[in-house]
Amino acid sequence: MEIKMDLISEDKINSMGSMEKLRFVLDGVKSGNIVVLEGGLTSEEQMKLIELTMTEVTEDFPGIEMSGYPTKRGFLNLRRKTRLTVVGPAKIMHTIKKERDLISAMISAI
Amino acid sequence: MKSGKRRKGILSQILRVLFFRKKTAKVGIYGPPNAGKTTLTNRIIHTFVDENEDIGEATEIPHETRRAVRRGGIIIDLKARSLLTPGQNPNPNSKSESKRGKAKLKLDVVDTPGLATKIDFHDFMAFGLEEEEAKRRAKEATEGVIEAIKWLDDIDGVVLVMDCTEDPYTQTNIIIIGNMEARGIPCIIAANKVDLSDAAPQRIINAFPQHPVIPISALKGENMEGLYEEMARRFK
Ligand SMILES: Nc1nc2c(ncn2[C@@H]2O[C@H](COP(=O)(O)OP(=O)(O)OP(=O)(O)O)[C@@H](O)[C@H]2O)c(=O)[nH]1
Ligand SMILES: [Mg+2]
Repeated sequence: MEIKMDLISEDKINSMGSMEKLRFVLDGVKSGNIVVLEGGLTSEEQMKLIELTMTEVTEDFPGIEMSGYPTKRGFLNLRRKTRLTVVGPAKIMHTIKKERDLISAMISAI
Repeated sequence: MKSGKRRKGILSQILRVLFFRKKTAKVGIYGPPNAGKTTLTNRIIHTFVDENEDIGEATEIPHETRRAVRRGGIIIDLKARSLLTPGQNPNPNSKSESKRGKAKLKLDVVDTPGLATKIDFHDFMAFGLEEEEAKRRAKEATEGVIEAIKWLDDIDGVVLVMDCTEDPYTQTNIIIIGNMEARGIPCIIAANKVDLSDAAPQRIINAFPQHPVIPISALKGENMEGLYEEMARRFK
């Protein structure tokens, strides 16, 4: 089985509205893709993504696996810079190791 | 004889109500499934309200709590209950001895369903549930997660409960903390289940150095006073 991976540029993400962004990610994941977002999602967006995911969980789509780096504090802690976020279908993606600066994910076709 | 004293008590109570009335803090008990949120909430209620009242059931099957439940009117008064847990380790994080046992806090607690990014009914069948029941539980659990997230809007403080035998550096924990920081809501991490032999609260302290981490056992009642002091300090 082949698994598709979408690597989305920060420019593309920033061109989308908040809900549009989440819809885009979840649609990708629901069709079986691993979605990697340059620049990532904020914690609030990730929480919203969990909420949206939960409304769409079925027996065949148990949900998502999500990984990413926490926001980095900018100058004087004023700016919070999001970083990379990876989202995939829970059925095929498992985060096996996650550290402050390293994420390992296992992708297994079913 | 006693009446003068009592009148003074009533007077000061009235004065306090009139001039020092504070908004009751609504404290959300959050965390991943099975971390011990309901066990902790039950213990808070047993200690400060009624030892026979339970807010919900605690079981080893995840997503036991699938509705957020609020219990109002809890007064954490450490002066009145200075020996809550005799013989337990004092909280290593507590600042000074003089502060101990004086904290007082009025709050509502909200026991919330465990937050998760996936809910698979097969996981419940592994606990011996019939397929139909497992599917119903999964459906309710998804609604529970949404409810827990929606409750964040009405919360003044969070006790984030983690099972300290497990890896704390999960995306859900990071997301909860990130949301609290973005909203400016104070957050205390309860490193629960320290009574277990493979407990590693230090891992939690290392993973989230910017937040207070209080090692406790909600089940055995270890270091509860340390948690209450921190709550009184942060959620005032
Ligand atoms: N050893 C030990 N077990 C605990 C402790 N706290 C909770 N437990 C156990 O962990 C399991 C889950 O506890 P709950 O209180 O139901 O956990 P929860 O976070 O409310 O779980 P959900 O409602 O499913 O999200 C139960 O079997 C508890 O008895 C603790 O401090 N030590
Ligand atoms: Mg519970």
